[in-house]
Parts: sequence; structure tokens; C-alpha cells
Amino acid sequence: MDFPQLRAQFPTLEQTLEGYPLCYLDTAATSQKPKCVIDAMTQYYHKDNANVHRAAHQLSSRATSQYEAVRDQLKGFIKARRREEIIFTHGTTESINMVAHGLMNQIQAGDIILIDTAAHHANIVPWQELAKRSGAIIKPIPLTEDCRLDEQAYKALLKQKPAIVALCHVSNALGTLNPVNHLVAKAKAAGAITLVDGAQAVAHLEVDVQAIDCDFYVFSGHKMYGPTGIGVLYGHFDILDKLEPMMTGGEMIKTVSFDTTEFNILPNRLEAGTPPIAEVIGLGAAIEFIQNLPKAETAQREQQLLTYLQTQLTDLGNIKLYGAHENNIGAVAFNLADEHHQDVGILLDQQGIAVRCGHHCAMPLMQSLAIKGCCRASIGVYTSKEDIDRFIEALTSVKEMLLD
Amino acid sequence: MSSAIQPATETFLALKFDSGEILPRFDNANNWQERYRQIMLLGKTLPKLEDEFRVEQALVRGCESNAWLYHSEIDGKHYFLADSDARIVKGLVALLLTACHGKSADEIAAFDIEAYFDRLGLTGQLSPSRTNGLFALAKAIKTSV
Repeated sequence: MDFPQLRAQFPTLEQTLEGYPLCYLDTAATSQKPKCVIDAMTQYYHKDNANVHRAAHQLSSRATSQYEAVRDQLKGFIKARRREEIIFTHGTTESINMVAHGLMNQIQAGDIILIDTAAHHANIVPWQELAKRSGAIIKPIPLTEDCRLDEQAYKALLKQKPAIVALCHVSNALGTLNPVNHLVAKAKAAGAITLVDGAQAVAHLEVDVQAIDCDFYVFSGHKMYGPTGIGVLYGHFDILDKLEPMMTGGEMIKTVSFDTTEFNILPNRLEAGTPPIAEVIGLGAAIEFIQNLPKAETAQREQQLLTYLQTQLTDLGNIKLYGAHENNIGAVAFNLADEHHQDVGILLDQQGIAVRCGHHCAMPLMQSLAIKGCCRASIGVYTSKEDIDRFIEALTSVKEMLLD
Repeated sequence: MSSAIQPATETFLALKFDSGEILPRFDNANNWQERYRQIMLLGKTLPKLEDEFRVEQALVRGCESNAWLYHSEIDGKHYFLADSDARIVKGLVALLLTACHGKSADEIAAFDIEAYFDRLGLTGQLSPSRTNGLFALAKAIKTSV
């Protein structure tokens, strides 16, 4: 499949906005969906719709097989050891909430929870809530001046023997990449339970949870060309098995009486209620889509585009980039001189350019950068060099309007 | 809006909008660039709120940028002072005030904001799903009188 064919898989990209062709540079917020994902979900609703795990009839049996097959696909996709280590959730946010809630009994007052300063709110607030309930203490892992995790400070913090270390794999706001393998190894050596937020990584990097060796790895379907409303919680079996369920009822029980209820075994124990079946099937199609892409070529293309984007922005002048490194993944954060990011965003939108302008749900990161917010342009497999050129051209006219 | 501190009455009265001069500028704008240029130029004419008034209590919620709004009723007419740290929002709020500043409660209640922005060629800017905050600002003005 050549690039035009690949791009043609994404129907949303073929539209104009008030005369301007859509230039979608907001993939880090949500990716567009290829036809195969849309078709898989339509097909399920057209032909196979039934509840899962109650396979008394053929339709339910078909739905259950498709649903469970995606669990196997995911096991391969992130290289988990066992299929029971894959839990379907509604998204990254729910996955992290489930972990923070489920660890309550293992956390005591005074325990330390370390959080990456580059984390987005979904990897901060659930831990704050856990701290509130348990009396644990939250400590941010600071960033260096160039917006990388400060490993010296991290080492010092680990000496305090934190109970939990929450990291991001790739920062959503900046696109910076954490060397998670050795960050996790250090945290584990200090005795911490580790969680890595992979929401911004899975669409761009090959993820190997055994190599990372984290206890939990979480991500969303909708940022990896899959549907919204579906996410994944990977947990190392032994620790996942000890996680208290946040939700009860429905699929997660084995037997229920008014005296006592026995929970089911993994993975069902952590999947209460009827799951988002069509979304799981859509996610399966998204994984297949990603796996069918030529890996090395696609990664190289994305990296070249991102470098091109960073260089073009720098060459434009009056642009401040935040944490723009060569090995960043998928996104670039910037401001135009001292202009408000919102003004830049509105004027880009007038030209059909979709970028994100705001705090990117990472207010502590914005505070650490001493800015109110910024603009973020992010790319995906369907992004073309022409998209970047159009964006730069539009930003040039925004610059003229605001600075002249 | 019901903040303890409030700019002086004279400040409210000193602010004037010449709608007869402002609105035709938009009629004459034949592309979005010109309309947004006019919005930002108009924003520049809106006096800066002093730091002491740029406070949390005066912030209008629902704007991605900070927007502060003050209201005062003087002799049965309603006056406003507003500011924003973003140029376009400041211009948009100035357009709102062009229509509402110094008007009676009845006049403001009868003011059709959507038709007004449609006429200015700014259809869609008033949607609550937009983060420009215009919807929130319009609501704040309407509910303050």
C-alpha cells in the first residue's frame, strides 16, 4: 500500500472547511479512523450483535469469539505473557483509575507516590484521590530545563522508597519520550509498583511490556486509529490478580447470593457489566491495520515528518518550541512569540488547520514551563508533507496578522 | 460578577461604543482575514483592566483564555467593562458591548445575539462547543442585567 492509498483509508480527511481542505494535526487528541475500523463495527452491529460470555445461542457465540480474539491480538500487540493480563476498559483514564482504586488496600498513610511532571491529568488526579483516601504523599518527578525527566532528581526520590511510580511513555503535550525501560527498572529496584501511561506511544512505537517490565501499562483505542470508548489495562498477572475491582456486578462475578458473592477469575473479574463490544471489535481492526503497515518505513516516515515540522517551525521565526528533541514522538508544542495560544488556534482554524491549543490536560506541566498553555501540532500515519507545508503557510499568515 | 471590588462608576460611563462606525467595518470586510483584523483592532480600543480588577471573581467561566467582566447599573442603564488576555476574545467581547453597553434591561433582553454575529459574518463563533468563550460571555452579560 503506497501513501496515497494509505491516506485514502481515512474518510474524514477528505473534506474541506469553508473552502480550505482539512489539515488534521490533532492526532494526539484523537486519531482519525480507517475504513476497516468503521466497517468492523458496522459489520458487528449489522450481523453479529449479541451480548458476550452468555453464549447460549450462535449469535452470542460469534460475538464472544470476536471479542475474545481481540484480547489475544492485544497480547501479541504489546507482548504480554498471558491473555488474562489484558483487561478491556473504556480508556486510559479509566484504566489508571482502576489501578489507583484497586491498590487502596496495599497503600498506607505516609507511602510515597511519584508522578512524572509531564503526566496528563488522568495520570495525576486518580493518584491524588488515592492519596486523599490513604494518607499517601504525592511527589512530582521534576523535569530538566529541556523538558526531559530529571534522572538525577528521580534517583534521589527513589531513595525515599516510593510505593508507586507513575510515568508516561510519551508526553501528550510535548511528545517527549521517556526511557521507560531503565526508569521502570530503577523504580522496581526501589520496591515500587510501576505504571506506564502509553496513550501517546502505542500508535507510534512498538510496545513490549515484558521489555519495559512495568507492573501496569495503559492506553486508549481512539489514539491508535481505533474507536473511542475502549481502552486497555495491562497488568502483570500476579499484581493484576491482587487488584481490587473498582466496579462490581455483571460479568465479573462467579456466584452471587445475598449472603456472599464470589468474584470471577481474571480477566472477567475486572470487566464488570456488559463491555463495549463493538468498540473492542473496532480496536481489533485497528491493531490489524497497524500491524499491516510496513513497520520500519512507517516509523521512519513519521520521524522525518516530525523533524521537518520542528525545523519548519524554527525557521519561521518568533516561535518558541517546548522540549523539541530529535527522538520525540508524534507531537510538537509551540507558542508564537508572546501571542495567546487561543488566538493562534482560532486563526489557524479559519484556514482549516486543526491543532490543539490549551493546557493539554497537563496543567502541572504548563506551570513547570511557566506558560498558560501552548499550541500542539501532532501527526499520524496519514499525515503528509503537504499537511505540514499547509500548516506552516497558514501559521505564516497568522504570524503576519498578529505580529505586524 | 458580584466581586467585592468594582471599577469606579466614571470608568463605566467613560467607555463608549460608536456602533454606527464599528458595524459597517464588518459589512465591508469581504474575507475572514479582514473580519478578524477588525475584531482585533476593536479589541485594542477596549481599555485594559488594571491588574487589581483582573481577579478570579470577575473571570467568566467557559473561556480557554482569561476573560474578566464587570457590570454596573447606572440610572436604569447597564454598563460593562471587560478584558481578556487573548486578542480575539477581547475583540469579540467588545462587539458584544457595542450592542449592550449603556442599554436598558429590556433592550438587552431583546438583543438577538445570534442574528447579530450572523450579520457580522461571524456565524458559528457563538457555539457553546467553541472554546473562545463568546457563548459564556454573552450569557454572562444577559444574566447580569
